[in-house]
Amino acid sequence: MKKYPVIFLGCLLLSFAAIPLFGGDYGIDWMTKTIIFGIFALSLELLVGRTGLVCFGQAAFFGIGAYATVIFSTDVAQPLVAFLLPISVLLAALYALFVGALSLRTKGVYFIMVTLAFAQMAYYVIHDTPIGGGTDGIYLYVKPNLPGNISLNSSLNFYLFTVFILFSVLGLLGLITRSRFGRALLGIKLNEQRMKATGYNTYFYKLAAFVISGAIAGLAGFLFAVKDGYVNPELLSWHQSGAVLIMIILGGLGHLRGALIGAFAYNLLEEFFRSEAIFGVFTKHWHLGLGIAIILCVALLPKGLIGLPSLWQNKLVGKTAETPDDNDQVSSSGSGH
Amino acid sequence: MMTTHNQDIVLRGTNLTRRWGGLVAVNGVNIELLKGQIHAVIGTNGAGKSTLINLLSGEIELSDGRVELLGKDVTNSAQHERARLGLGKSYQRNTIFNELTVFENCRLSAQANYQQPWKFWQDGTSCKLSTEQAMFVIQKTGLEHIMHRPSGVISHGQKRQLEVAMCLATNPQVLLLDEPLAGMGADETDRMLSFLMEIRKDHAILLVEHDMDAIFKVADVITVMVNGSVIAHGTAAEVKENKDVKVAYLGEEA
Amino acid sequence: MDFFTFLIQTLNSVQYGLLLFLVAAGLTLIFGIMGVINLAHGSFYMIGAYLAYGLAPIVTGMFGGGFITTMLFGLVVSILLGYFLEWAFYSYLYQRDHLQQVLMTYGLILVFEEVRSILVGDDVHGVQMPDWLSGSIQLNDVMTYPTYRVFISGMCLLLAVGMYIVLTRTKLGMMIRAGSVNREMTQSLGINIQFLYRVVFASGVAIAAFAGMVAAPVSSVYPGMGQGILIICFVVVVIGGIGSIKGAFVAALLIGFVDTFGKVFLPQIAGVLVYILMAVILLWKPSGLFKAGS
Repeated sequence: MKKYPVIFLGCLLLSFAAIPLFGGDYGIDWMTKTIIFGIFALSLELLVGRTGLVCFGQAAFFGIGAYATVIFSTDVAQPLVAFLLPISVLLAALYALFVGALSLRTKGVYFIMVTLAFAQMAYYVIHDTPIGGGTDGIYLYVKPNLPGNISLNSSLNFYLFTVFILFSVLGLLGLITRSRFGRALLGIKLNEQRMKATGYNTYFYKLAAFVISGAIAGLAGFLFAVKDGYVNPELLSWHQSGAVLIMIILGGLGHLRGALIGAFAYNLLEEFFRSEAIFGVFTKHWHLGLGIAIILCVALLPKGLIGLPSLWQNKLVGKTAETPDDNDQVSSSGSGH
Repeated sequence: MMTTHNQDIVLRGTNLTRRWGGLVAVNGVNIELLKGQIHAVIGTNGAGKSTLINLLSGEIELSDGRVELLGKDVTNSAQHERARLGLGKSYQRNTIFNELTVFENCRLSAQANYQQPWKFWQDGTSCKLSTEQAMFVIQKTGLEHIMHRPSGVISHGQKRQLEVAMCLATNPQVLLLDEPLAGMGADETDRMLSFLMEIRKDHAILLVEHDMDAIFKVADVITVMVNGSVIAHGTAAEVKENKDVKVAYLGEEA
Repeated sequence: MDFFTFLIQTLNSVQYGLLLFLVAAGLTLIFGIMGVINLAHGSFYMIGAYLAYGLAPIVTGMFGGGFITTMLFGLVVSILLGYFLEWAFYSYLYQRDHLQQVLMTYGLILVFEEVRSILVGDDVHGVQMPDWLSGSIQLNDVMTYPTYRVFISGMCLLLAVGMYIVLTRTKLGMMIRAGSVNREMTQSLGINIQFLYRVVFASGVAIAAFAGMVAAPVSSVYPGMGQGILIICFVVVVIGGIGSIKGAFVAALLIGFVDTFGKVFLPQIAGVLVYILMAVILLWKPSGLFKAGS
């Protein structure tokens, strides 16, 4: 059962190495963007896939991280990653603390609506007040330097930095998921009542997961801001929150690699529907294709792309979807990678 | 009712009352659980037994009254706080983690006593204390042979065993068991009852059940409830002879 | 602020609140009774507005009808649309978990938006209000209030009262309320739950579309209108309590006042005020002001 994570990591390393060699500038740019969204998706996977909290406002933390990066580097001759990274993560985490503390008092559908509403609140603050520079957004004029004066101006440098961050986040989340804390989160997702009856303060656990998740989303936001050098309020829109939710469903809930697969697949889908070569004049309406794809994906692939191998297997063997098998999250370790 | 302060009283509920709008679900119930005793609560449907157990566990708020656990007033404590203080509960409907193995179910429950959530670098299963406690409880309930099976696929009787095992995994002083025999066949019921009698000496057990034969077999003390109030209290023999109980259950003329 | 300005703002608040209530009522009803969270509900409001815009020339041209006739046509179309949608799409959502419902209805929003864009384009359109309603009511020597806005409030109130009567006084209403409390029991009593759900859903769509139609002359018809109102409706439902019509009514009016007066006194943070209100209420009552079913 452990073979899938290993195969996956191998593929990951291979593709990350191959891109700069064979992909050219466009490949590097596309891959960097995909990895950033992969980190964003990973943050949500911790919350939705692991703890069972469906948050429809993750874009707020992403956007706050991005905006903090740009705002704190205005008028600074040479901004530094050593300062910008922690501050964007911190601010995103603080807003997550505020939102989480209030939203976690609600359950089920309420929670979904409340997190959406709080993300809208952040959106309006950025959109309407002078903090955010309004609808036009703001620019990052000088990219921050890494410690040791390493510049991030070259796309290759930035790409490598992003890959490094991704592996760090993967490593951290990997540790968290198999730790006591992570297992408790899983227990909360599977049966919160039992956890409470056994002596776990589930509110605290959920809040901690919410804040960590927000922090990682903020980190992704920081990377996004540095990459494009431009941020606008749409980063906090609920379309962004919806997109990242779709990514993790598409990839497959309950597995860290699902988030990455989903981010990758979603970006591919977007490229596909926006491609003028295939759709010509209709690319303006690419949302239509996306919308239909989302509906079909959720309806037909409830386990996401990760579930494809077992779906295939089951069809071949004639099994129904009810029997748990190796690919499910059934294990004494309970940590799905 | 005068109650003597007895060091063996592990859980005491005084004047437990719960109102839902105009309806009184539990009406001024007094109840005491002693260590080494199986205290059964029986009653007709709608008598308020489940509400009573939920008031004691902390899942439902009291409208009136007090709950003391091991001498400490826990009336305003949340369920998880009471659990940490030594109160365990098993549910009428299975609350096991279907997707996890039987072993992990018990280990995760045992982990509640050794939470240490900040140790994120450590694999949870490397926590020796929780693993040992899980093994202990699994052996006691006779679930070793299915230890590594996903608990979703074991038999119903085994699931009920697991439910009680998980309750026991935190080594609580008090066990609140809400219909543990629900849906069990004759053999499984016997096994569960012998198990309860075996663990009785180390715990105070509250048992809500419908199976009268089972109750009369194992209960040391029985409280009978009708419409939210206690109508009788005593040993099995005393309760069987009680006039009010006969009227309530058998509809005999008073 | 003098009395008449206050009066005008109050009337505006009530009008906005009542419109919100109509849309939110459908949302909360559909969730309370069928257990489906429908992100695309705002789209029905938009569809209503676009129906008002699109049907007007046809109705006037072919049938010589006026504003009221257009609205009636629009109502019929939206009821049919709702009926169809429930059959084709929403009935598959009842068994699914909330996350799947959220995502599938989100996909539906995208589809609606793009189909609208393909059929009618992305421009902002105006809808002509009927002559007999385009006057103003004299309040004092200087101030007037548009008759049409009073008409909006009146229509919404009428519909709200109608809803109340149907839900509490008719057999259908009783069946609906029974279905929300216990589906299986209602089914075993011989009531066709499938049909009931279809009716409830179609009504929810029609009511939201009606709100869009009646608001169109004042709010104009533009692409983002569905999403804007949806999120505010979520706030209405959270504050009012999910599944509670009374709660939706109170919360909608509350938001109407907070938003309208907020724009007057604190224009800078007007957009955020509603969410602050939500946060405050959540601190105090996490399940909303009223319980489900009221």
